[in-house]
Amino acid sequence: MTREDIIKPENLVYKRTPVLTDATMHYCPGCGHGVVHRIIAEVIEEMGIQDNVIGISPVGCSVLAYNYFDVDFVEAAHGRAPACASAIKRLRPETFVFSYQGDGDLASIGCGEVVHACNRGENITMIFINNGIYGMTGGQMAPTTLEGMETVTCPYGRDPKLMGHTMRLTEMLAQLPGTYYVTRQAVYTPAAARKCKKAIRQAFENQKLNKGVSFVEVTSNCNSGWKMTPVQANKWMEENTLKYFPLGDMKVDGKFDPKFIERVATFDQPNETIFSLRKK
Amino acid sequence: MAKQLVLMKGNQAIAEAAIRCGCDGYFGYPITPQSEVLEHLMAERPYLTTGMVVLQAESELASINMVYAGAAAGKRVMTSSSSPGFSLMQEGLSYIAGAELPALCVNVVRGGPGLGTIQPSQSDYFQTTKGGGHGDYRLITLAPASVQEMYDFVELGFDLAFKYRNPVAILSDGVIGQVMEKVMVDDYKPRWTNEYIEQNCPWAATGHRSTGKHRIVTSLELEALKQEAINDRIQAKYRKCEEEDARYEAIQCDDAEYIFVAYGSAARICMKSVELARAEGIKVGLIRPITLWPFPTKAVAEIGGRMKKILSVEMNAGQMIEDVKLAVGCKIPVEHYGRYGGVIPTPVEILDALKKMIK
Ligand SMILES: Cc1ncc(C[n+]2csc(CCOP(=O)(O)OP(=O)(O)O)c2C)c(N)n1
Ligand code: SF4
Ligand SMILES: [Mg+2]
Repeated sequence: MTREDIIKPENLVYKRTPVLTDATMHYCPGCGHGVVHRIIAEVIEEMGIQDNVIGISPVGCSVLAYNYFDVDFVEAAHGRAPACASAIKRLRPETFVFSYQGDGDLASIGCGEVVHACNRGENITMIFINNGIYGMTGGQMAPTTLEGMETVTCPYGRDPKLMGHTMRLTEMLAQLPGTYYVTRQAVYTPAAARKCKKAIRQAFENQKLNKGVSFVEVTSNCNSGWKMTPVQANKWMEENTLKYFPLGDMKVDGKFDPKFIERVATFDQPNETIFSLRKK
Repeated sequence: MAKQLVLMKGNQAIAEAAIRCGCDGYFGYPITPQSEVLEHLMAERPYLTTGMVVLQAESELASINMVYAGAAAGKRVMTSSSSPGFSLMQEGLSYIAGAELPALCVNVVRGGPGLGTIQPSQSDYFQTTKGGGHGDYRLITLAPASVQEMYDFVELGFDLAFKYRNPVAILSDGVIGQVMEKVMVDDYKPRWTNEYIEQNCPWAATGHRSTGKHRIVTSLELEALKQEAINDRIQAKYRKCEEEDARYEAIQCDDAEYIFVAYGSAARICMKSVELARAEGIKVGLIRPITLWPFPTKAVAEIGGRMKKILSVEMNAGQMIEDVKLAVGCKIPVEHYGRYGGVIPTPVEILDALKKMIK
């Protein structure tokens, strides 16, 4: 059989979405960023909105996201993507607008902008990649870094007495009346990625309703920053991160998920070290 | 409805001009002495008439980044603030210049440093004309000396911003912002249509890839040689701007032996000092830079070069004087007279300073 015999429409099992460009992604092998990019691109393709969408990329490992999506893109200053997205959606209400941010970008330096964009109920989609670390700058502590977890700026493990607590910003945002859909997803297994795609599709579809922010946190890995292989990182995430950042919907159609209410009710209890964190 | 003569504050004139010249969006945060800009816009509600977006942002950081993104989407957008707020905007302004976007930002200056005072000052001259944020960039800076100019410079500012795809600043102060004067306002001009933007701003990320190729607005280029080429392009624009758009007004300079160089409200006060001095037989004139960057170097060199002495009058400790000295190549003695911290000099005080310089 020749190459030509094989490349036929009836043999096609998977095709890369044309919403992704041919550019080679610079992400480390095993990193969640690339998977989330593909999911967003597929959603844009399936919704047929490629010529009616503006993306906002952050400062962080995904700063170059604009090279990978074949849609119009604006690169924001560190942390300010929600302000950018707010302005663009108000000035161009005919477009679908999404921001894409890491946890240093969104939860640390850009904490103010994300809270206020959510509080204003901007009619936008926000994607939040929480990998518990600053990937781009070499693995420093983020607000989302787990207690006890080691990074280059907390080499003896994060001590909440000195460095503050692990921040569940998504849970905070869910409590603002301006958010309409808030969920936490992951992409570390095919099943999780499929669920995540459904959530991201929902978050884009919601823009048609004009009811406020649709916020999708994707709890992800940073195998380079965590100093693990991709397989180890996914396992570690499942065993540690997902205990503090459990997956699932927090708010759907503007209403709290009952499980979310139960969970928030435990937030005043001491946070026993639930993580089987690495010891040197 | 044609042109109309109205009485208003400088800050209101900024807001009114924005609505009438077809501005698409204003994003700002309250701070004295410029809050009337946002207040006037919220009272006028242009979103119900021209469709202009008005938003009270959560901070100046948010405001300037909203402006950045609005400009990136091809819209004519602006913000205003006063000194501490303008300091917060510096990173954003650098991004706007780096991404080569047009935008308008107004600074109604108050006395500093720090929280300083809410009284008028010109102490942000260095910040505005020398860059302010990081990187090799310039803000095209307009210095209004009347409420009419507050009004006129909004449209002029947008024109220059789009001509050079660079941020433009209106550097005003608490006097011009707060004083009420009569202003001739224009009829309402329509905002640009999305089709017009699509045709005329091919660089804008409008969301509609009409050409079939996605448009990226970024100020990032990691390769040094490419970043150098971007800088070359930006610098070439600045040279062109210096050549074509330096503006000034020369008042009674023809027979003068001395001149004041002053801008904004200091220039308004100097106009009176010129009158008083001439009544006493002192031949003094005034050069009023209208663009502070590009500084009207040629005019100051040419006119100033004929003088015995030059007095740079500023409501600061001596900032513009550096540009005046550079313009005349230090061939003519240049002195400074200034009050600062929110104090406004009187015409007589300036006349006394002139006499002291002369003798
Ligand atoms: C104003 C400013 N401060 C600091 C930086 C440096 N910086 C770049 S990316 C980054 C952290 C990004 O981390 P995160 O948002 O978690 O993204 P990740 O790389 O993990 O995806 C920092 C601190 C910057 N570019 N701008
Ligand atoms: S450093 Fe971390 S976040 Fe960045 S690409 Fe590599 S794995 Fe992904
Ligand atoms: Mg991160």
